[in-house]
Amino acid sequence: MSALAAERVVKRFGAVVALDAVSLEVGRGECLGVIGESGSGKTTLLRCFNRLVEPDAGRILVGGADAATLDPIELRRGTGYVPQDGGLLPHWAVRRNVALVPWLRGSAEADDAAERAMRLVGLEPERFGDRRPRELSGGERQRVAVARALAAGPEVVLLDEPFGALDAITRADLQTVFLAIRRELGLTAVLVTHDLAEAFLLGDRIAVLRAGRVEQVGTAAELRATPATPYVRELLERARVA
Amino acid sequence: MGTTALLLLLAIQAAPSRPVVIASKPFGESYVLAEIFAQLLEARGVAVDRRPGLGATEIAFQALRGGAIDVYPEYTGTGLLAILGERPRRDPREVYDRVSREFRRRWGIRWLPPLGFENTYAVAVRRETAERYRLETLSDLARVGPELRAGLTADFIGRPDGLPGLARAYGLRFAEVRALLPAVKYQALAAGKVDVIDGYSTDGLIARYDLAVLEDDRRFFPPYEAAALVGRGLAERRPDAIAALTELSARLDVATMRGLNQRLEVEGEPVERVAADALADLGLTALVGEPTTAAESHRQGLARYLLDRRRELLRMTARHLLLVALSLAGAVAVAVPLGVGLERFSRGAETTVRAVGLLQTIPGIALIAFMIPLLGIGVLPAVVALFLYSLYPILRNTWTGVRDAAPDAVAAATALGMTPGQVLRHVRLPLASPVIMAGIRTAGVINVGTATLAAFIGAGGLGDPIAAGLALSDTHMILSGAIPAALLALGVDGLLGGVERVVRPAV
Repeated sequence: MSALAAERVVKRFGAVVALDAVSLEVGRGECLGVIGESGSGKTTLLRCFNRLVEPDAGRILVGGADAATLDPIELRRGTGYVPQDGGLLPHWAVRRNVALVPWLRGSAEADDAAERAMRLVGLEPERFGDRRPRELSGGERQRVAVARALAAGPEVVLLDEPFGALDAITRADLQTVFLAIRRELGLTAVLVTHDLAEAFLLGDRIAVLRAGRVEQVGTAAELRATPATPYVRELLERARVA
Repeated sequence: MGTTALLLLLAIQAAPSRPVVIASKPFGESYVLAEIFAQLLEARGVAVDRRPGLGATEIAFQALRGGAIDVYPEYTGTGLLAILGERPRRDPREVYDRVSREFRRRWGIRWLPPLGFENTYAVAVRRETAERYRLETLSDLARVGPELRAGLTADFIGRPDGLPGLARAYGLRFAEVRALLPAVKYQALAAGKVDVIDGYSTDGLIARYDLAVLEDDRRFFPPYEAAALVGRGLAERRPDAIAALTELSARLDVATMRGLNQRLEVEGEPVERVAADALADLGLTALVGEPTTAAESHRQGLARYLLDRRRELLRMTARHLLLVALSLAGAVAVAVPLGVGLERFSRGAETTVRAVGLLQTIPGIALIAFMIPLLGIGVLPAVVALFLYSLYPILRNTWTGVRDAAPDAVAAATALGMTPGQVLRHVRLPLASPVIMAGIRTAGVINVGTATLAAFIGAGGLGDPIAAGLALSDTHMILSGAIPAALLALGVDGLLGGVERVVRPAV
């Protein structure tokens, strides 16, 4: 049984079809890289998995259960989420930001959980715990965002272009950190990116989306060896990863 | 807390055996007459509540009709033309009989017998203007009117027995007509800013500025006999008050009245002393020799004037602050939740906010006038009017602040499982608090300024000396209200700034 699945999911925004019968699966402990241009529907797909977006047709399965039958608030608290801009609460100190989900669940050890997660992403709680987001660098803020997604110990983490706004060196650092954490915790992850190199580096398999449709899903080797469509071939050539 | 205070105020207003409420219109003679009424009643053992300078004809009469006040001095001609809306009549007796009968029949309001003098409208020009154009009568004025600029009170411009009727009767036209407050009219004429003004025939200021009064040669202005106008119910409640006021019948002649006006408006004597002397001279009260120092201190500079009245000013400032605090607290209690609710639920939010914004376009004095038929006079209608004025800045800022608060943080908090209520409480509201507080501060400062208008419905506060000072052309008196009001505005803003520092989250 797969950890996450989309079955012929359709989503329209007015006249625009954002997702056009999208089907794919993410196995337990697997990281699926989702790649596509702006408007390809990749973020919309990601947001279906924690019910920030409700499909017009089709089903989303989370741990085998139809997501529509799950309580959205509980589902979100049980799913890690890292947005591109960090989305930290500017008026909360770092420790409180990271402790958000354990605190929402009423955990008495929310701060301990937060400090564990901070160490995981390489932030010393003593040094960073009491700072405000404004006092951090861009890379540190994204580390906090990742720590916040992990603090409650979710099985699934959704990442929406998490490192897209960082400079190349910081991005490489964070990618390394993310890879190590994933392996250590055995996380299931969906990582949306517009950077094919990042998708190849972090994803066990890659889904290529174009105009709301899945062009191809496969490992990096499969994509290189047998691009399913001219679009995928062109994408690989342009990105010079073929 | 705001609601409790309002209920308390309602209870106070509805208290059964209240004193006789005596009001006046905002000009010198009306102040003197009302004060004479008040002192006479007090001398006869009747408790009195004074509401000097309550408002122009419309406001004062509405207040009398609604039972908010019991007595104010009025003129028979005004009753006939402005209130009954009838055509002018020439004979004073006929006018008095007509208004007596009609007021009694329609509203149960009585005209007590006339006081003994007429105060009709007068049209005045500078002496040199009269000489240059050889002006003696209003017919002469009609000849050169198109070359002259008129500065007239709003009352006179609007009422049928004022400019519109006069223009018809004499074919009178001016190069320009400006609406001027009674207080600045004479100064504007003396300074040559306008050439023609309206005034009253008993006006003390006509002598002060050595003006030429033009004769009403076609007898357009109807007779304006002064008399006490008494509301329904006073006769049953306090027949002794009616009897006391009737003692004044036909006792004040034109010369006496002009003399009293002159003392008040030209010499700057306090109205209490002018009224007390008048009653003593008429033999209606014993003269209690208590020389006041107000008029003397008047000439010793503003600082001295303010110092001498510090008690009174402190009391008025406290009252002012009460009006502001009650109305602002009420507006915060309504507008903040409404602004938050609009963000969460409503598609018609912008429309709602704009509709509330329309309240802001109602002139303060008009809003306050609307309140009289609904809520009478005093603190309650003033607080309600100020409350309505405070809504918009608070509502607009709350809605905008909550809506636009850190969209990234709101999106992430939602994605991680905060409920909409938690997002509001922990993210939107704290982050919007500086914007909300800015709205409250704006409302507070506007409120302090607008509350000076509360004087016109007898709510007290620092508007009292401003309104009275305007009516009496007394700069010191105006400043004794305006300066504390300005300081109060700064103080309120500073205080709310302190509150803001406490509630604003450290970012």
